[in-house]
Amino acid sequence: MGDKAELSLIRAQPRILRRLGRETNPGDLVFRALAGFFAATVIGIVLLMVAQMSRASTASLHAFGWGFILSQEWDPVREVFGALPFIYGTVVSSLLAIAIAVPVSLGVALFLTELAPVWLRSPLSSVVELLAAVPSVVYGLWGIFGLAPFLREHVEPVLAGVFGFLPLFQGPHQGYGMLTGGVILSIMILPTIASVSREVLYAVPNWYREGALALGATQWEALRDVILPFARSGLIGAVILGLGRALGETMAVTMVIGNSPEIKASLFAPSYTMASVIANEFAEATSDLHLASLAEIGLLLFVVTLLLNVVARLLVWRVARPARHAR
Amino acid sequence: MIETRGYTYRKVVNAGFRVASGAAVALALLPLVSVLYYTTARGIGGVNLAFFTELPKPVGETGGGMANALSGTLKLVAMACAIGLPVGVLAGVFLSEFRASSFATAVRFSADVMSGIPSITIGMVVYTVVVRPMGHFSAFAGSVALAIIMLPTVTRTTEELLRLVPANLREAALGLGMPKWRATLSIVLRTAAPGIVTGAMLAVARIGGETAPLLFTAFNNRFWGKGIDEPVASLPVQIYTYAVSPYEDWHRQAWAAAFVLVVLTLLLNVTAKFLVRNRLDAR
Repeated sequence: MGDKAELSLIRAQPRILRRLGRETNPGDLVFRALAGFFAATVIGIVLLMVAQMSRASTASLHAFGWGFILSQEWDPVREVFGALPFIYGTVVSSLLAIAIAVPVSLGVALFLTELAPVWLRSPLSSVVELLAAVPSVVYGLWGIFGLAPFLREHVEPVLAGVFGFLPLFQGPHQGYGMLTGGVILSIMILPTIASVSREVLYAVPNWYREGALALGATQWEALRDVILPFARSGLIGAVILGLGRALGETMAVTMVIGNSPEIKASLFAPSYTMASVIANEFAEATSDLHLASLAEIGLLLFVVTLLLNVVARLLVWRVARPARHAR
Repeated sequence: MIETRGYTYRKVVNAGFRVASGAAVALALLPLVSVLYYTTARGIGGVNLAFFTELPKPVGETGGGMANALSGTLKLVAMACAIGLPVGVLAGVFLSEFRASSFATAVRFSADVMSGIPSITIGMVVYTVVVRPMGHFSAFAGSVALAIIMLPTVTRTTEELLRLVPANLREAALGLGMPKWRATLSIVLRTAAPGIVTGAMLAVARIGGETAPLLFTAFNNRFWGKGIDEPVASLPVQIYTYAVSPYEDWHRQAWAAAFVLVVLTLLLNVTAKFLVRNRLDAR
């Protein structure tokens, strides 16, 4: 009788306690619990961020509802806040960055995995990764005094001359605007897309390449018909990771995009991004509603980049799992 | 699909692909060369003794330095390491040594996702959690933000490096009767220590250049900023402030600070890469 009662008591213990009980040494118990606690903080911080951002933006969510993301008016003095110009600026500058960065970084990744001589691969990829090491604010400084004047003097006139019939390339050449923002973003996300694509391409088994080449395919044909289809979902993941980075990038863009909350068709015109308006106004927000509105922009940015990252990681993990469960 | 075109055509297409790919590499390296050229050409002249020893001068006066920003960056990074490294390393230990659970997968995934979260939103969260309750900007808040930014990198690097430690080292230690915690701390972690140091260097290089999360946590300070309870200046924030100002002399100083920052980050990066290469070659 007594045995049975004890047995059911053990069964009734929560799973976690039984698992911890398996460690025989008390030191192990503590160690495992401590390491587990710190591991849990990683998840905890992500959850805390979601909770805090939502709480901070409640006032604005109540005051404006869905109108917040559809309204173009941003007036801290009259306390009217609409985020559309910032959403537009973020989306367009990021898409511009993707359009420029994707072909270049795929070219770099392909060169590093398929074409470059083996001795050159590792040093060259380190050099490309140095692009990611340069601090954002230094890109911004370079953007103000180097890139923006260059684009204004040499690139914008040419674009206007060739494609001037499109509204995208009309208006005065200012240097500080959507185009410069997009170009500087493309430089900053290039190493991300290139290095993740490189990982993905490395994960393509070598016998696929060898098989295609042995059948008489040229390198390009092997790539197009065999390697790229195999790596496709991972490469899409790499691009989405780059997009996420572009959406959230702050300093460099803030310094060159012109910071004007208006929606203009021309890429030469100044614009404003979600991250920039937070950077410029959050520390000096004039009212609680202003603060909440900025927090809501942050929440939007946060949720969108979080979702993009989840999708991208799942896609990349499908092709190239960074760390396998079984050794 | 392959044999429908002539041989010459296929060779031309292939050559075109090779050229385009090489051109992409050249195009990608162009901005790096340009940034390094600009920061060196414009910045190196402004790096003098005053830069390292003096406080900024008030608007209108030329001269002065960035001693407070330099020390502020060092302070912020050191405190961020003190918070972020233990948490990150132990979380990495957990992932590598107790890995077979859905909880570990969730942690791994969160870390990967976290590394893609915009740093400015991390600054906002730290503002609501630390700055608001304290009532003012502080060096402490800034270092918390930086610690959160470095956490996923440190966690994942530690995990990857611990995985490289051969299983028979663990087994030998356990076989000699060591408890698992001792085996992990004094055998596995010690074996992987140089690699973890490398990972920490890369993380330091990244957070040392972060600006956005400091704007509303550590803020800025024209003076030294004593203790951890006051706002503190940092090189990146100072570069930003000076770069967007209308003053010629401030621009000059921004370039000098950018030069110093770039040299420091690149040195850290190159050293770290070099250490990793030696380690991998040794295997």
